[in-house]
Formats: sequence, C-alpha cells, structure tokens
Amino acid sequence: MTKETANPIMEVKDLFFTYPNAPEPTLKGNNLTIYENKITAMIGPSGCGKSTLLRAMNRIHDLYAGCKYEGEINLRNLKNNKMENTLNLKKENQLIGLRQKVGMIFQKPTPFPMSIYDNVAYGLRLKGIKSKSELDGRVEKALKEAAIWKEAKERLNDSAMGLSGGQQQRLCIARSVALKPEVLLFDEPTSALDPISTGAIEELISELKKDVTVVIVTHNMQQASRLSDYTTFMYLGDIIEFGDTEKIFLNPDEKLTEDYITGRFG
Amino acid sequence: MNRLLLNKIILTLSTISALVGIGFLFWILITLTYKGVSSIQLSTFTNDLVEGGIRNLLVGQFTMALLATVVAVPIGVMAGIYLREYGGEKRMTMVIRNLSDIMTSAPSIVIGVFVFAFLVEPFGTFNGWAGSVALAIMMLPIIIGTTDNMLALVPKELREAGIALGGSKHKIVLQIVLKAAKVGVTTGILLSFARIIGETAPLLFTSANNQFFTMDMSGQFPSLTVSIYNLATYPDEASRELAWAASFILTAIVLFINLVGRYVTRNKH
Repeated sequence: MTKETANPIMEVKDLFFTYPNAPEPTLKGNNLTIYENKITAMIGPSGCGKSTLLRAMNRIHDLYAGCKYEGEINLRNLKNNKMENTLNLKKENQLIGLRQKVGMIFQKPTPFPMSIYDNVAYGLRLKGIKSKSELDGRVEKALKEAAIWKEAKERLNDSAMGLSGGQQQRLCIARSVALKPEVLLFDEPTSALDPISTGAIEELISELKKDVTVVIVTHNMQQASRLSDYTTFMYLGDIIEFGDTEKIFLNPDEKLTEDYITGRFG
Repeated sequence: MNRLLLNKIILTLSTISALVGIGFLFWILITLTYKGVSSIQLSTFTNDLVEGGIRNLLVGQFTMALLATVVAVPIGVMAGIYLREYGGEKRMTMVIRNLSDIMTSAPSIVIGVFVFAFLVEPFGTFNGWAGSVALAIMMLPIIIGTTDNMLALVPKELREAGIALGGSKHKIVLQIVLKAAKVGVTTGILLSFARIIGETAPLLFTSANNQFFTMDMSGQFPSLTVSIYNLATYPDEASRELAWAASFILTAIVLFINLVGRYVTRNKH
C-alpha cells in the first residue's frame, strides 16, 4: 500500500455537521485523512453527505447562517508542519486565508460576468496583487496549467460567458490554480459536461496532482476508479470505508461498499 | 353541450375581450397622435408655457425626474441588496419587502399629500424639491423590488465561487453578483423612470406649476403633466391644442424609455 508513504495534509476527526433548522446532523462523526499530492474520490448515493463534507473542508457552508460544526477539520500548516484545526477560524479574513489554500470547483461552471483575463486575475487581485506584469504572468501560467491557454490566448479580453461549458470549467480551474492552493476540492466537476470535455477535465486533474492535493466528489464510478488514488465511500452521513481505490473497487471490506459499487443500490 | 362548441364560445369571448381592450388602447393612441401631431409646431419646443410652448415644462419635468432618480437609485439598489443578500429569513426582511411591495401600488396622490405635509406646508410655498422627493418616493419601491428580484436570479453558485476564491462577502456582492444582475437592475431603473416621468398626482401638491422658465427649485416649478391637467380644462382652443401636443410628446417619451428598457434586456439574454 502506498498509504504509509503518503503524507497527510488534511484530517477530518469526529466531524458532525448540521444544516440550519435540521433536526439531526447530516454528517455523523466522520473520520477521514487526505494525503498530499494524491487524488481522493468521494463516492456514495445522493444525499449521503459527500458534498456536505467537501463543502465543510473550506467552510463554504459559513456563507449561510446557522450551520453547526462539531469535531475537527485539520489542515497542515506547510510552514511548521503542524496540523491546525480550521474549525477554530472565526474571523472573515482567517476564512479568506483558508479558502485561498483550499480552493473549490463546482458542478456547474461558474465564470464571473467579466473577461477571461479578469476571471483569472480576480482571486489574485483579491489577494492584493496589483502589478500588471505579475498579474499577466500568473494569469498566463494558470491558463496554461488548466490547459486552456491555447483556446483563450487570443481572446483574453472577451467575456468568459462566451466560452463553451467545458472551457468555462477549465477557466474556473485556472482561476483556482492561479492562487496556488494546497488543496483543490472538486464537487462533481464534470456532471454538467459532455464526454469530450469530461475527458479533458479528468486529464487536467491527473496533471494537477503534481502540485496540489485533490479531493473529488463524483457520481461517476468509472471516473473515481480512473482518476483517484484513494476512494472513500459514504452512506447516510457516515464514512463506510476508505482505502486505496483499487482495493475499494475490487475487494472492499464492507458489504455495503460492494453493493453500491456493483450497482445493487444507489 | 359538446366540448367543441364550448371551446368556440370561450375562444370567441376571450377574443372579443382582447379586441375591446386593445381597441380602446389604439383609440387613445390614434386620437392622441392625430390631435397631438397636428398641434405641434416648432414654437411648441422653443417657447415657454407663458408664450404657448412647453420648453420650460419639459426642462422642469426632466429636472425633477432626474433629481429623483439620482436620489432613489442608490437608496433603492442598496435596499434591494440588503433584502436579498443580507436580510436572510429575518422577520424584519419580510416586513420591509412586503411594505415595499405595498408601496408600489400606493395611490400617488397620497404620496403627494404626504410630501406636501412635510416639505411644502412648513415652507409656505410649493417647490421643486418637494416634487423631486415625491417622485423619488414613487420610484423607490419599484427599484427595491426589481433589484431584489434580479439578485434572486443570480445563481448561488456564483456567490459560492467568489467566496471560494477568497473574497469577502461585500466584495462578491458588489463586484460579481451585482454585475451579473446589472441588466435587470438597469431595466428596473429605466422602467421606474418611465413611470414617474408621466406622474401628475405627486406633483399637484408639491411642485405645482410655473409658466416661466426657472431652475430655482425652491419655488413653484414647471411641470409638463400638471400643465396638461390645467390646460385641458381651459376654455380656449389654443390651450387645449397645447395640451394635446404635450400629451403626445409625453407619451412618445414614455414609449421611447420603455422601448430602450426592453431593448437593453433583450440584447443580453
């Protein structure tokens, strides 16, 4: 197993999460380790809590008042290699710092209503980078890393809304990559795309893991098995099983995992 | 009775109803165009009311309407942003939203009387400021309502994506969400402008009217709509002709603003 050699970057410990006004928690004591520069896939039937867990990892839930967390979500501080509990972050600028380190790509492409260049530069400008030459360089680098430079370089000043769905999604990835995040969270990034765009995004994600840790929620079992190093199976708010992707797909320990993977439910 | 017959009866009735409605509308427009166009001369635009033209009235009406817009747009847009982006499910939000909706249909004469009570009566004279304030109050609920609704159409993923890139909430709201809703919000502003430019009742008790050209808003201020109201009741033919001409011009202006509003929306979707 490669697990021992891999280095943990995030740890979820006994995490309970409750949506506002919900009678009971959606996540019920989750424990999960995310390893550095690996791709971890989260699978499970609709409503199992995989997106909820993913969205807890960069505290995007905090946009809506009344969400309750219990437990820990630790992120390794790359400066001193200590795990720090992100649930202790209270101030808005601390959360902004967290989200600059832990980026997110959504199911539907979410280009902002501005030019391609400004889309990628947006996060950088938020970070306080003003120098035109530095912005130019980082925008170009990000677009190259997201494999959309060739299509975009002639039309950087055109509206991002004119791109195709797959191009928009790669633009969103470029936008996140530009911030040099440590972890990138993908919430079903290809479920709104056609097969060719999906292929391009998957290839891109495999490339990205050289520089960044990837966590991906997917409904597509083939995608999980093609892409990921580790897979975690969730069911009704519990993490049922976590392990090497090959093992989860070929020889899972839990009966429930096997039933889901072989398509007996879900 | 068989279904086909019933269908025919209903269809006939609804067609007749539609024709009656449209018929009256066209009747008004045709009469207005016929009488209005024939009464328009070059002097209509170059003379002030006292000399049988509407120059001062147009300037006065637009001055008050533009000033009202300058006041109402920032307040209305910010209130709309508050309701949609920050108000959440709070009781306060619901109360403000409903009150604003109710104000949309408040009788305009009531707003005129209200402004009379606190901006005309204490100063002892009708004045242009009061007229502007009354028009601004008319505009507010329309702008609040459209801003609120247009922001609601912006997908929540766009806000989340902005937050996920390390944006603070107010930056995301101002730089992304408002930008995404720009066309709708602008249309709302244009339509509210089209609405108030043709209002008479809020001005009757506030700006009243002035026969002469003036830009002094602390006194009686020239108004196109109030003039139409007055001119139409005068016995002499010349006054009534001028009323027709002014009505036609006003209608053309409102139509034009509405068309621009529609064009702006259609262009972007």
